[in-house]
Amino acid sequence: MSDIGYSTNVSTGDAAFSDYVALLKPRVMSLVVFTAFVGLVAAPNTINPMIALASILFIALGAGASGALNMWCDADIDQVMHRTRNRPVPSGKVSSDESLALGLGLSGLSIVMLGLAANLFAAGLLAFTIFFYVVIYSLWLKRITPQNIVIGGAAGALPPVIGWVAASGAMSVEAWLMFALIFVWTPPHFWALALFMRSDYDNANIPMMTVTHGRRTTRTYILGYSFLLAVIAFANLFTPLGGILYFMVAIILNPLLLIGAIRIWMRDEDISDADNYRLEKDFFRLSLIYLFLHFGAILADATIHQTGWNSWV
Amino acid sequence: MSIQVEHELHQRRFGRNLGVGLSLAAFIIIVFGLTIAKLSSGPVANTSGEIILK
Repeated sequence: MSDIGYSTNVSTGDAAFSDYVALLKPRVMSLVVFTAFVGLVAAPNTINPMIALASILFIALGAGASGALNMWCDADIDQVMHRTRNRPVPSGKVSSDESLALGLGLSGLSIVMLGLAANLFAAGLLAFTIFFYVVIYSLWLKRITPQNIVIGGAAGALPPVIGWVAASGAMSVEAWLMFALIFVWTPPHFWALALFMRSDYDNANIPMMTVTHGRRTTRTYILGYSFLLAVIAFANLFTPLGGILYFMVAIILNPLLLIGAIRIWMRDEDISDADNYRLEKDFFRLSLIYLFLHFGAILADATIHQTGWNSWV
Repeated sequence: MSIQVEHELHQRRFGRNLGVGLSLAAFIIIVFGLTIAKLSSGPVANTSGEIILK
């Protein structure tokens, strides 16, 4: 005997609004909003608050659009990896065609609107960032080189530069130092993740450093990039970005990060496995706090400088 | 299973329509605010690049 029933499972075409929001990678967007805002405030020019708000929103929308396009082209990888298999496209809530359409539509909208709100230079940079993240990183290099994280980091590092250009209309050394801070921070952050998310990247055939060069080499690379990151963090002190708060953050967090990287480098797989990669997980969390506090300090110092509070201190 | 007046599917569709509606409303407010901000700050250039003093 057969039973007539119906499924209440979500089928493509009936996704909730939150599924479309999830396509835009809101956690990545929040980081983009924050770093772009820091770039915008740290720039020497003052900007109308409404124009600043609109610029930040359209930069965030551009980041969300590239997230949707990334989910469109990474659907096959996301389905295999434990960390990503519940995303809207691999879980079947949203079709990959919808993801592509939403990504392309929001890309065009965000670029045009940023051009109208701020300037064409900033809009061009946003267009380049989306192109770089989707075409150069996601479609091309992610699947063929173990340096994928290093290259992909460039797209994530551009928002403060876009914010700076939106406010000032020009580039400067400070904007590129903020870029360098995120660019060099990205590899050790994600390689630490790759160390404790062991089988995920192997299963997806992504040529992560841990897969192609081995875990020992990855630990050495984490240490090398952490040293480079500390150099860049301290280089900021010699520019107008480096105020008293930035100095305090840099002098505390950089030694902590380096100690974490050295401890990771000194361990082997057996020791890491024994304590379930505790140090690697600690380093991953510390690196998140590291970036947030460095940019928070740049923001606070710029605010103090612009409001003239430093004359009271 | 009891028959419900409104299926979960309809709630989901309503939520989606509401989300799209609110997003469009927010976009209109942003464009309006941006227009006011642009018009109230400095000279405006026309399409041929000539500066028009207000």
